Amino acid sequence: MRKSPRTGAKMDAIFKNTTSLFAAAAIGIMGTLALPTDANAEDKKVKVGFVTFLSGGAAGPFGVPARNAAELMIQSINAGSIPAPYNTAGVGGAMIDPIFVDENSKQKNADYLKLVEKDGVDMVVGYISSGSCKAIAPEAEKAQKLTILFDCGTPQIFEEIVTDPKYTFRTGGHATMDNVAAARYLAQTGASAQNVAGINQNYAWGQDSWRDFSASIAQINKGSAVATEQFPKIYAGQYGAEISALLTSKPDVVHSSFWGGDMEAFIIQGSARGVFERSKVVLTTGETAMHRLGAQMPDGTILGARGPHGDLAPESALNTWFRKAYFDRFGTLPTYPSYKMAQALLGVKTAADKAGSTDQDAVIGALKGLEWEGPSGKVSMALANGHQAIQDTAYGTYKYDKDAGKATLVDVVRFKAECVNPPAGVNSIDWINGGFQGASCE
Amino acid sequence: MTKSLDRTELGLIIALPILICIAFVLPKWIVNYVQVSMGTGLVALGVMIQMRAGLVSFGQGLYFCVGGYAAGMMAKFLGVSDLFVLLAIGILAAFVLSTILGFLLRRYREIFYAMLSLAVSMILFGLLSSTEELGSTDGFNLPTATYLGWAPEGETARLTLYTITCIVVIGCAIALNRFLKGPIGYINEAIRENELRVEYLGTSAHKAVHITYILAAVVSAIGGVLWALALGHVDPEMTNWTTSGQFVFVSILSGIGNIAAPLLGTFILEIVRVYAVEFSPNTWQMILGTVMLLIIIFLPKGLWSLLTRKKKTKQEKLAASAPAAGE
Repeated sequence: MRKSPRTGAKMDAIFKNTTSLFAAAAIGIMGTLALPTDANAEDKKVKVGFVTFLSGGAAGPFGVPARNAAELMIQSINAGSIPAPYNTAGVGGAMIDPIFVDENSKQKNADYLKLVEKDGVDMVVGYISSGSCKAIAPEAEKAQKLTILFDCGTPQIFEEIVTDPKYTFRTGGHATMDNVAAARYLAQTGASAQNVAGINQNYAWGQDSWRDFSASIAQINKGSAVATEQFPKIYAGQYGAEISALLTSKPDVVHSSFWGGDMEAFIIQGSARGVFERSKVVLTTGETAMHRLGAQMPDGTILGARGPHGDLAPESALNTWFRKAYFDRFGTLPTYPSYKMAQALLGVKTAADKAGSTDQDAVIGALKGLEWEGPSGKVSMALANGHQAIQDTAYGTYKYDKDAGKATLVDVVRFKAECVNPPAGVNSIDWINGGFQGASCE
Repeated sequence: MTKSLDRTELGLIIALPILICIAFVLPKWIVNYVQVSMGTGLVALGVMIQMRAGLVSFGQGLYFCVGGYAAGMMAKFLGVSDLFVLLAIGILAAFVLSTILGFLLRRYREIFYAMLSLAVSMILFGLLSSTEELGSTDGFNLPTATYLGWAPEGETARLTLYTITCIVVIGCAIALNRFLKGPIGYINEAIRENELRVEYLGTSAHKAVHITYILAAVVSAIGGVLWALALGHVDPEMTNWTTSGQFVFVSILSGIGNIAAPLLGTFILEIVRVYAVEFSPNTWQMILGTVMLLIIIFLPKGLWSLLTRKKKTKQEKLAASAPAAGE
């Protein structure tokens, strides 16, 4: 008899607890929700969510330089301190109010939806990893929110995943351009490329880069052969076995899309063992490391910057301003993720200024097919019905200036956007394998 | 009828309509976190039932990924998008793989079990990362789910998937609760205390561990399928050790006392993370780490002990007042 009321009490307690817990959670969530909604009344503001890697392996080489550029550009745009034609304050008259989010998250889509629904952003600018872009692009279309992918490289975004984009834009060229241009650079500088080898990281970026490069070389140099293709793990750091394979197969050209620490490790280990003397080495992202490595980077290495960024950027008042402002603020020169972020924000500014408002539909209408000048030259939204940018690109050969102690690029060759990008409506790899139909170089 | 249901099960059944209702009450973004937390929560549940036997699986992401990829590949290569078929395929794939691997894993305990499960999950990570056909590390996208020929769109699709996710997750939790309260559940606790004695009592510890392992794999795969469909995207990160480590962490933080703990714990930690990112986007890990540290220091039995502790103090009060009433 004594037992039953006690269990009853326990039951009650449990129900009370669970229900009160649910109620508490619900109230708590509602409460936090109510806070930020009525904050943007007095000043005209445009809320922009920025998503880049702020932690993890990709933060150092990509995420943080991009965030830094975003901070610099937001401040300068709001102050109107960028050289003409960008010397008006704000975008379409509104001040940018940024929210930064870490891309390094397992719940990227839920985080994106939170930006849109809870924080009520007017647009999202971000995404470095191609995996993120693949997941976010359909989500952006579903959420009907202007989303600007500023960096990720996979051509699949508009070729396969979102074939009829309305809200998704990409203001950076895709990765195909880098490797087609690398192959063209070799041909144009008269380097022998009969026997090519590749060393690329064994993940999507490395595999795609090598596929595009080897296919382009096969088109440009009929009869060329692949000496060896090496796919070490990402972040491996030790490339002894791969370097031996590169040495014994005696290629004319070695292609690598390594980035960050992996690239620096390969340069140091490979140059010690003579890879760079025996073969011409093409590093598609090499520009990012040239100032840091200085004399350690072997002369004659062919360097790219995933577009005409950094040292490959053409002279312009905007570029000079950008480099100086960035250096003054952060103590390093901007690398390509910084350029691409600046380019995305200037695109938004141009579109909003043209539309005269920050209304989503107006900005989308203006951004579609837009052309504007970034710090690294002209950008035009020419592909995917005006949603995908193309851009000129450039490659150069490394030369260390011993007297001045300065890293320089010589024999810089510029390629027109139409020369290294497929025309609208053609898949990248089909375009390469079909012999670059419709490419116009000069 | 109610006799056969214990408190946890009753609680779960009551929670089901509440869970479904919040989709209409709370804003979309929170519901979205609830939904993805249910997917990953199921995997944490898989980790937790193994913990009951004293086994820490540091590779539960393996089955999370197997579920997601099995469903994804069915959709990608065969064009199947029916949720029930995809669930069945995910379960089947996990069942077959775990049955085979179980013969190996059931012989190991402690750190060897943890390391071996980790190793197997990382093999899959390596394989998927180097498979270009499956999008390598970028993964690939899944279509919107259909239901026995019915293909809802937009808001309806979202709510349908959410409702079914709720039902499946609660169903799994109740089934696992039954399992833990059943013979093998108790054998598992005995294995954790003293495996040798279990064997002397005439039952097979290997068999119990094997069954537990398979069950954990199957619920994790269900979680994987539901999570992947909610996200519309799978990538090898699902089986990376960082993901698996998170599941272990969630299980430890939530406590292994109750079947609902990992589900609730997953959601709470997710919300803590979201606000940490909002509060300090550059150093959110420090906030999250501090919270985890505080939980471990002050709630060594996990978040769930907050509920049971309260209950105990009430019980003690009751017990204390009872004799007084008798006097």
